[in-house]
Amino acid sequence: MTTHEPHAHAAPQGFLRKYIFSLDHKIIGIQYFFLALVAVFAGMFLSLLMRIHLVWPNASLPFFGQIKPETYLSLLTMHGTIMVFFVLTTAPQGGFGNYFLPIQIGAPDMAFPVLNMLSFWTTFLGFLVLLAAFFVTGGAPLHGWTGYAPLSALPSAGPGEGLGADLWIISIAIFCIGALMGALNFITTTLDMRAKGMTLMRMPLTCWAWFITAILGLLAFGVLLSAGILLLMDRNLGTSFFVPLGTVNGVLTGHKGGSPLLWQHLFWFFGHPEVYIAILPAMGLCSQLLSVFSRKPIFGYKAMVYAIMAIGFLGFMVWGHHMFMSGMSPYSAFAFSIMTMGIGVPSAIKTFNWLGTLWRGRIRFSSPMLFAIGFVSLFVVGGISGPFLAQPVLDIYLHETYFVIAHFHLIMGVASIFGIFAATYYWFPKMFGRMMNETLGKAHFWLTFVGAYAIFMPMHYYGMAGGLRRYSQGTEVAWINSLAPIQKFISIAAFVTIASQFIFLINLLWSMKKGEKAADNPWEATTLEWTTATPPPHDNFGGVTPVVHNGPYEYSVPGAPRDFVMQTDAPVTAKH
Amino acid sequence: MADTVVSHDIPSVYEPSLFGTYSKKIGMWLFLMSDSLTFGALLYAYSYGRISTAGWPTPFHSTSIVNATIMTAFLLTSSLTMVLAVRASVQKDAKSQTLWLLATMACGAAFVVLHGREWSNLIAEGLTLPMFPAVPGHEASPEFANVAKTVPQFPSTFFTLTGMHMLHVTLGIVYLGVVALRRKFIPILLALWLIAWLATPSYSPFHYGAHVLLVVAVVISIILWLKPKVYDSSDVEVAGLYWHFVDLVWMFIFPLVYLMSARI
Repeated sequence: MTTHEPHAHAAPQGFLRKYIFSLDHKIIGIQYFFLALVAVFAGMFLSLLMRIHLVWPNASLPFFGQIKPETYLSLLTMHGTIMVFFVLTTAPQGGFGNYFLPIQIGAPDMAFPVLNMLSFWTTFLGFLVLLAAFFVTGGAPLHGWTGYAPLSALPSAGPGEGLGADLWIISIAIFCIGALMGALNFITTTLDMRAKGMTLMRMPLTCWAWFITAILGLLAFGVLLSAGILLLMDRNLGTSFFVPLGTVNGVLTGHKGGSPLLWQHLFWFFGHPEVYIAILPAMGLCSQLLSVFSRKPIFGYKAMVYAIMAIGFLGFMVWGHHMFMSGMSPYSAFAFSIMTMGIGVPSAIKTFNWLGTLWRGRIRFSSPMLFAIGFVSLFVVGGISGPFLAQPVLDIYLHETYFVIAHFHLIMGVASIFGIFAATYYWFPKMFGRMMNETLGKAHFWLTFVGAYAIFMPMHYYGMAGGLRRYSQGTEVAWINSLAPIQKFISIAAFVTIASQFIFLINLLWSMKKGEKAADNPWEATTLEWTTATPPPHDNFGGVTPVVHNGPYEYSVPGAPRDFVMQTDAPVTAKH
Repeated sequence: MADTVVSHDIPSVYEPSLFGTYSKKIGMWLFLMSDSLTFGALLYAYSYGRISTAGWPTPFHSTSIVNATIMTAFLLTSSLTMVLAVRASVQKDAKSQTLWLLATMACGAAFVVLHGREWSNLIAEGLTLPMFPAVPGHEASPEFANVAKTVPQFPSTFFTLTGMHMLHVTLGIVYLGVVALRRKFIPILLALWLIAWLATPSYSPFHYGAHVLLVVAVVISIILWLKPKVYDSSDVEVAGLYWHFVDLVWMFIFPLVYLMSARI
């Protein structure tokens, strides 16, 4: 007879324990969500400055003055770091996962509530340390979100590479620790705390996605933590893990024997799974929404589960495709290339099943559904350039161009963000007890959807024509300068898209206070979060112990009284 | 099976756990998986450096090897005492549980002290990192100084791997201390911090390294404040998993770093 970790905690009293240092997974989820919201607007603001500088390099901005080329690199680094770590990793997993994983599997809380709280506050601390890099001497680092050595390993390598780079590494290390604690909690909760009847194969696909994402996080962030420690030692203790013998600005560095490639291997061993950490929760959510709003069971539930697993597994085998430029052996490149293209198979299975779910459904085009369909569109368009880049011969040409920027922004950036938007519109009624405004939601969708394509489609052509990434301006080079009209178009599209995000912000904040009151199950969905009150009580189910009888996607079941059968309803007999 | 359990003040009925065991044990196994990847990355960095460097030095004399063997013996003994502590906890023998835990901590502490002495000797003899200050009044051995100069990867990997492991052993001692003595361990920990800080000279890396103990004291105070509870046998078992894992990691580091770099 073993017992679960006893984590009984009464509903907390007092503002501080209830809303700030709360152990309740729902409050922690909302905290993660707002952290990501602040981060996404910060990251978007940085991209705004970058887009202005790319087109009008001599413009003098209020407060900022003229942006210098090295400042452009700082903006690029901080934009990437904030977006990848504090938005794409934080919102879908830490935010919505924290809030809805326990409810969807019928648990009263996470397995380790104290650890859960610590992981949020650790992540928050990481964010503050990262922002601090802007305000120290020399400013924010220049080395990009990938932190390639030797640029990142030598404080003398550039203006932001002093204290700013140290803060950047420390922030990443802190983030890793927070993410590891979160991942451990998610996996244990999924394994151990499922309500009676909630077998693994009755879990909603959102839960599967959060579960596999947590496994990826558990295995990937530990490696990044090590890499960060080694980098910090290279910078501050004089070791030479990543720095070969050489000079910076004509001065001997005092290092020798290290290898920049070692950094690339360690970083991308984390970095590629990180791409899936960002996108898998959106995939799970999208599967969920397509089924709910098509009023049809998900097409191929088991295939979806195995495809998520396959993508997660292959994600650890392909880090070398980020390093084709490094001069690796053609045999290694070949192996990584084949593996990478192999990921196309489970991805295609998922896409096929999404389309199969939509096929002949009675589709309800509410804002969450629009964003879910938008996700499928962006996933296909962003993903299709993957097999191009997976081929070393093509990649060597394309890798240093905007083609890669367009590719990963569409699939890892915008598609994941669409997942976050869809999740926000879908779960907002449950989280805050009110509906979001549909008209504003639809306006937001169309502007963002068209805007995203207007930004990133031309970027592919800009890259194919030879437009180089990381260059702060192209005016000095004739053949890049001849592409300037494309950059201008992209920037204007970006300004419009950025502006339309304020529709979302206004909708969100206004609806929290003034939105129409939400019913307990406004979308007529089947999963457990819709069986409980809105917003859910402290123990999630108000003293009721949920018992699950059905799969998560019983829509339009023949003979059923409604067109949906809740997971807790009496078992359905009709098979479809 | 682990199904009928009180959580959150309400009894909740769960599906049987996939591994038929309690959450905390699963959590610890998961942590160990991730930690083994953290160590794996460091060992990868070590192997990368060793393979890509022609003429990797093998400078360790018999004194170092003998010392490391004694350290290994202490660590292996500590695994035995840890097993006995777990057995005592299962038998609800609180007194011998505490005694065996303290014995495990003592063996771990002996390991750390011996290792710290070894570090200090190597640094004094010139096998050092560029940023470690020179030890005043000590003549560097030309042989070690030459190794540090010609193959900086050697001291880099040595101090990183063993340092990370030493940190894990130290945290393990603190962990066991909290399991054995709970709140009463915090003043002991603060005393250990003061002793370690005051007893080490300012040029020693341990002078600053001692502050790890202060940070840990703050963190465990917060955790004990958030989660005041009585520790039971499962906590001893889970702490034991961690302790054995740290031993296991040493079983990789000892041959790779010491034996394969011994002067024969």
